Amino acid sequence: MTKIRSRTRGTARLPAWLDYSLVPVLNVAAAFVISGLVVLLVGESPIEAVGYLVYGAFGYGEGIGFTLFYATNFMLTGLAVAVAFHAGLFNIGGEGQAYLGGLGCALAALMLDRYVPWWVTFPVALALSAGFGAVWALIPGWLSAKRGSHIVITTIMFNFIAASFMVWLLVEHLSPIGSMQPETRTFGPGGTLPKLDWLFAPLGIDIGTSPLNITFLVALAACLLVYLLIWRTRLGFEIRTLGHSPTAALYAGISPVRITVIAMMISGALAGLMALNPVLGDQQRLQIDFVGGAGFVGIAVALMGRAHPVGIVLASILFGALYQGGAELAFDMPAISRDMIVVIQGLVILFAGALEHMFRPGLTHGWSLISRPRETGEAGRPKEIAR
Amino acid sequence: MSFDALILVLDSTIRLSVPLILAALGGLFSERAGVFDIGLEGKMLIAAFAAAAVGAVYGSAWLGLGAGILASVALSLVHGYASISQRGSQIVSGVAINFLAAGLTAFLGYAWFSRGGQTPPLPPSGRFQTLTLPFADAVRDVPIFGPIYSTLLSGHNLLVYLGFLAVPLTAWIIYRTRFGLRLRAVGENPAAVDTAGISVAWLRYRAVIVCGIFCGLAGAYLSIAQSAGFVRDMTAGKGFIALAALIFAKWRPWPLLGACLLFGLLDAAAIRLQGVSVPGIGEVPVQFMQALPYILVVVLLAGFIGKAVPPRAGGVPYVKER
Repeated sequence: MTKIRSRTRGTARLPAWLDYSLVPVLNVAAAFVISGLVVLLVGESPIEAVGYLVYGAFGYGEGIGFTLFYATNFMLTGLAVAVAFHAGLFNIGGEGQAYLGGLGCALAALMLDRYVPWWVTFPVALALSAGFGAVWALIPGWLSAKRGSHIVITTIMFNFIAASFMVWLLVEHLSPIGSMQPETRTFGPGGTLPKLDWLFAPLGIDIGTSPLNITFLVALAACLLVYLLIWRTRLGFEIRTLGHSPTAALYAGISPVRITVIAMMISGALAGLMALNPVLGDQQRLQIDFVGGAGFVGIAVALMGRAHPVGIVLASILFGALYQGGAELAFDMPAISRDMIVVIQGLVILFAGALEHMFRPGLTHGWSLISRPRETGEAGRPKEIAR
Repeated sequence: MSFDALILVLDSTIRLSVPLILAALGGLFSERAGVFDIGLEGKMLIAAFAAAAVGAVYGSAWLGLGAGILASVALSLVHGYASISQRGSQIVSGVAINFLAAGLTAFLGYAWFSRGGQTPPLPPSGRFQTLTLPFADAVRDVPIFGPIYSTLLSGHNLLVYLGFLAVPLTAWIIYRTRFGLRLRAVGENPAAVDTAGISVAWLRYRAVIVCGIFCGLAGAYLSIAQSAGFVRDMTAGKGFIALAALIFAKWRPWPLLGACLLFGLLDAAAIRLQGVSVPGIGEVPVQFMQALPYILVVVLLAGFIGKAVPPRAGGVPYVKER
């Protein structure tokens, strides 16, 4: 993404505050306008749909709980994509890494849940889910850095390999003997993460039966840590340098192999952590396809949030709201199934990612018209010509 | 394995590899012109849906095929606009197209037909029927040659033969025509093509449209030739297997045929070998067979078995002036 952005450097510039506020808002707005047209196409009113959606997502305590539960998934997978973006890598493998992360935390729970309380299982599950996710990202990272494989293709292939591997494990090895369901046994209290009702009760919000659990706090902490890592540490500086200019990084003595592998491992670990939320926080067992596309939503979230933790929190709450509100919407307006979210997701990726620059020339032109009186002619003009 | 069983496996290999061949050939045109396309899956999916929807409503296989191609080309043009005109990331655009197609097909299918995302079953006129080659019935009892001719070669639908004919046609276009020469050049060194006074953008747009047509054929094959209707997520990763085959073939038409047949054979064998014990190895998990194409591509891309070098300008938007 950083590489794409640098290509417009030659033209006139928008002020930074406009570039970081109006451009993403316009891009996302375009995605939603087209989604509205799709809703019109099936003969329903988009405005009415938005009303149901907002009420379903934020209108009552349980809805808010579900919204934040889904947002937790997307925050972690979004951060995973963002960290790789900063290193100039496109990690499409979040889905597979989260799947493997699920194996990690499920193994922790299966080993410990009958003997210890949840707070002993929790750090082990945290470490194993992050570790399994990191290893699943390490292989494509290493192959890309050392052997020159295309990281996008390799991570896509690793998603499919992970899917086959996990189906095989669940069917042949992890499901209890005599059970036909391809899932593990249900964990005991030692493998169940506590809900967050105590945190929201003082605010007057009753999250009801929603599965919002402490993984939400893990995700928020991860946002802070990623911010500190990327903008406040030496490693983060090296990651960003590699992302901006691999040649400059090499010239500055930064090892591209080392940074690529480390960035991919951090990315995979974040994606792996996501598994805690559905596996230990909600279902208390490992199921086939429990990730359910959250790894891919992370791509939309990272693009929309411009790979910044603050943007990612906002974008993941938006997608959390779409998931929760979309379920309500499908109930109230049966013609609009939850698949609409996937359409919106694709449009957000298209407009905030691939068509990122579509509105910029127009905006830049508009801005130059507004701001021209303030600039004195002699200072601005010759520079433009020289370029 | 008996001779008859072998023929049956090879027969299903042919059926299973046709969509791969068509989609991979589409990808070949696009990627040879320097536009990476990981959206083959999405284009196939939307074509499968459009073909089945139109085929079911109007009862015509040809109308369905046309609709499938149109839908796929429309997504191709979105990809082209994003990656050629807007110079956006081709990978991101491809990802977007896959989601767009997955969402739209499920959403529209659910809303229009109220069958949980499926299209209504197609009438016989809405499908491509199997063709019987001349004398297929007469020679059926001839040993060896009979089954090969009447089961393996005869008894497929039109799109199967079209898919196999498309390979030599593509090889001829890519290597023997002016368009093909320019197409390859624009994928390796667009600046040189531009210097010769040929529009890089228009050339790439044509390549992307050809890719859309092929993906449309592949998608329509799935829903109105191989089966009798569309079901949710019908492509199930076939677009990515086609992409894998394209890389495996190092972006060349004839090896592409080989790679698609190999992956088709793996698929056919996976169905056949389910629960069967292979001498010396034991029972091969069906999941391993399904993952094998992906594993092979990872190994190939890592350079452990030969080296796959993509077109040099692939993935890079062309900027005319600096």
